[in-house]
Amino acid sequence: MKGWIGKLRPVFIFSVLALFLAGCGEDNLSALKPKGYGAELLLDLMMISIAIMLFVFVIVMAIYTFVLIRYRRRKGEEDYVPKQTEGNKSLEVIWTVIPILLLLILAVPTVQATFDLADDSGKSADDAITIEVTGNQYWWHFNYPDQEVSTSQDLYIPAGERVYLDMTSSDVIHSFWVPSIAGKMDTNPGGNENTMYLEAYEEGVYWGHCAELCGESHSLMDFRVVAVSPEEYDQWISDMQNIDPEATPETQSAQDGKAAFENSCMGCHAIGNSPAGVGPNLSNFANRTKIAGILDYNKENLVNWIMDPDEYKPGNKMQGYNVSEEEAQQIADYLMQLDHSEVTPESVSSSEEE
Amino acid sequence: MSNAIAQQRGLGAMIWDYITTVDHKKIAHLYLVAGGLFFLIGGLEAMIIRIQLMQPESEFISAGLYNEMITMHGTTMIFLAAMPLIFALMNAVVPLQIGARDVAFPFLNSLGFWLFLFGGLLLNVSWFTGGAPDAGWTNYAPLSTTSPGHGVDYYVMGLQISGAGTLIGGINFLVTIINMRAPGMTYMRMPLFTWTSFITSVLILFAFPALTVGLFLMMFDRMFGSAFFDVTAGGNEIIWEHLFWIFGHPEVYILILPLFGAFSDIISTFSKKRLFGYSAMVFATVLIGFLGFMVWAHHMFTVGLGPIANSIFAVSTMAIAVPTGIKIFNWLFTMWGGSIKMTAAMLWTLAFIPSFTIGGMTGVMLASAAADYQYHDTYFVVGHFHYVIVGGVVFGIFAALHYWWPKMFGKVLNEKLGHIAFWPFFVGFHLTFFIQHFLGLMGMPRRYWTYFEGQSLATGNMISTVGAFLMAIGTLVFLYNVVYTAIKEPKASADPWDGRTLEWSIPSSPPFYNFKQTPLVRGLDPLWIEKMEGRKGVTPAEPLGDIHMPNGSVLPFLMSLGLFIAGFGFIYQVDNNLWYIAVAIGMGLTLGSMLTRSLKDDLGYHIHKEDLIEKGDGK
Repeated sequence: MKGWIGKLRPVFIFSVLALFLAGCGEDNLSALKPKGYGAELLLDLMMISIAIMLFVFVIVMAIYTFVLIRYRRRKGEEDYVPKQTEGNKSLEVIWTVIPILLLLILAVPTVQATFDLADDSGKSADDAITIEVTGNQYWWHFNYPDQEVSTSQDLYIPAGERVYLDMTSSDVIHSFWVPSIAGKMDTNPGGNENTMYLEAYEEGVYWGHCAELCGESHSLMDFRVVAVSPEEYDQWISDMQNIDPEATPETQSAQDGKAAFENSCMGCHAIGNSPAGVGPNLSNFANRTKIAGILDYNKENLVNWIMDPDEYKPGNKMQGYNVSEEEAQQIADYLMQLDHSEVTPESVSSSEEE
Repeated sequence: MSNAIAQQRGLGAMIWDYITTVDHKKIAHLYLVAGGLFFLIGGLEAMIIRIQLMQPESEFISAGLYNEMITMHGTTMIFLAAMPLIFALMNAVVPLQIGARDVAFPFLNSLGFWLFLFGGLLLNVSWFTGGAPDAGWTNYAPLSTTSPGHGVDYYVMGLQISGAGTLIGGINFLVTIINMRAPGMTYMRMPLFTWTSFITSVLILFAFPALTVGLFLMMFDRMFGSAFFDVTAGGNEIIWEHLFWIFGHPEVYILILPLFGAFSDIISTFSKKRLFGYSAMVFATVLIGFLGFMVWAHHMFTVGLGPIANSIFAVSTMAIAVPTGIKIFNWLFTMWGGSIKMTAAMLWTLAFIPSFTIGGMTGVMLASAAADYQYHDTYFVVGHFHYVIVGGVVFGIFAALHYWWPKMFGKVLNEKLGHIAFWPFFVGFHLTFFIQHFLGLMGMPRRYWTYFEGQSLATGNMISTVGAFLMAIGTLVFLYNVVYTAIKEPKASADPWDGRTLEWSIPSSPPFYNFKQTPLVRGLDPLWIEKMEGRKGVTPAEPLGDIHMPNGSVLPFLMSLGLFIAGFGFIYQVDNNLWYIAVAIGMGLTLGSMLTRSLKDDLGYHIHKEDLIEKGDGK
């Protein structure tokens, strides 16, 4: 043992290391790199609380260190009996009152931010955008009721505007979280609807998680928020409104795939405007960032997914081996040509780099 | 007397003795061994979790098994490890500290233990019968009500049975501390460990019924077709969350308060000073206990309760930091001006202060409702509550075991091995959990089976896993110390630490009747007062006389066994009505034992004055 300073050394070293790592959080995932109104407000609030808490911690540790160095029993002091102090009124008042004041300093911005983030007064404005979010095991459905547009997994919003989300769940409790844009909110089943808003400052593709344990594939229930420019957003809405689910694909394979899709998949999956169904809405599938929210977007992965979804998202409700391998290939061809909008995640990739 | 004779016989007699014992000191041993075993099982589950998360996209265990691991790790550690270990300490120490010969209800004490043990066993049987519960230790509906298989049924029945044991134990200590204090031991002269055990017992009395109610509703939803939490049939799943946390938040204080008391006693003893601000410490304990019931909805900030509820619960939660801060400063100033001796018990205590302060700081950060929208259900929360529960409760249990080991087993744990066990555990603890705060803010939700490459989460998780292995090493060294001490260390004296409270005035281990003559308490730290006045022991408050002792009984064991059997019946009657036979057998055994207990007078026995004199002083 190298005395009591030595004891604190590992704590210190790893604090520094941890802070260093914190700087490395991913741009589109970390709450420490806010890219939206909510996340920025909350990071500021965190900083206030950390500052207050560090102040207290430094005082505690200063007394602690002093006491341990100064009052450690040394050789020859075994029989020394210290003065038996009962207490000290003024000291006790000090360490009661000062923490109360510090907490009041924290309580004020806390209450402000809590009410600020619950403020949905802008929702009633004529041009306000409201999106219905439905959590499902293990995917997300997004419905734009005023625009009559539906999609799943990739949520398109205009950057720089406040977008209101009305959130529920079709099965168990989920929690909608896009750390770099805003804090999370649970989606409850039944009529228990929650409302929150997103306001992304910049265009970008942001990573979203489910944050409430919802079953086996809880950790695989990822989604993306695609923030595009307001013009592109309008374009995307109008493209999505004009989807013709009956459109005939160009290639033979995709045409066969369409037939197979209508035969085996339509019961659960819709193309075009639809309420939250049993399975994700597949509109604009050609422009998805990921397959099932987690797999890299390519045909091989899509075919594998169609054949055996349980391998990739255990416990999900899609039946595997519902179609033959050949049909799966054709369905993949069909889905991957569902290019319903010119606005894609790539539209924002240029502005994503800093 | 029967106990003393039984000890002379072989292993079978010893087992029978422990099954039938109503002696608080032996029940403490039982709690310690059972709690320790569950602690190791829970630790093993933690290691499996950390190995799975060591690398991104790992497939060490499947997603389904992972959910079972996290559920069982949390449930085991809280209900089956931390709770019984605390009851072990309370049983071993509280009666001695207040100068009592046993607890108020020795029979109930035994019943409380066996209910806990059989509940815990029932829960863990689920590993071998098709899958453990997998809806998290919080068991939120509707995930829990719709979870396939019988895992969650085991959770419901196991916790219901062991919860009843805890409730019984809590009531017992409440009555013991109110009624059984030695003459002169007023409330404001009670050692802090007794005070905090008292408040913890009050919390148990008020918090556990909420869990009991929740579990009953859950049981009927899962096994008998009711729909309390089923939204499609007009139920409401949020009710479970409220019931769970109305229990769950006070539970945190139930766990930590007795150890606050232990730390107070340890710091006072090893600084050779009376506790600084004793009345403030007592008041702070009461206040923490009271406020503990006012803050449960801070676990539910993201549920959508609205900004008014969230703000109220945010501010009430922050308020708890004030009495906790008072305690920290009082501990520091107890050491101020003292003569600090660095024993293993003190080492764990000193490690607790900064660790718990960090846990308290992140606690205040979490109380900030809006900011919690980012922290909630992420590794930030995991980091926070492990700082509080490991840095507070586990450090506290290690400290208290080192401190009271001589009173429990008659030997002082090897000091050198105690230091060796401490360092890897302490360093490993900070390695494991400090980084998790940052992992959470970097976008890693809790209860995640895996994470992906390219999320910048791999380094942090690797560090965390390395830390977990260090903690495992520390635990193993402690276990080695227990064995080593049992074999090699000499018998301890009555007062190896220069103690201040009554338990150090009687031999280690104490005779089964504890105090030959009930002591007279003349102030706070009664033994210290006597020692300062040059006396060797505490002045007795009564002349030497016959001691009335309770008889041992096998009935508590049988009652608990009956509920254990009935538990299986309830779980499996869903599949096949024949299982109602098991319900009938089990409930018959339990109710029959209760009837026997009610009808058969058991007046106990007396140790005669002459026998006490023959045995000598024991000092």
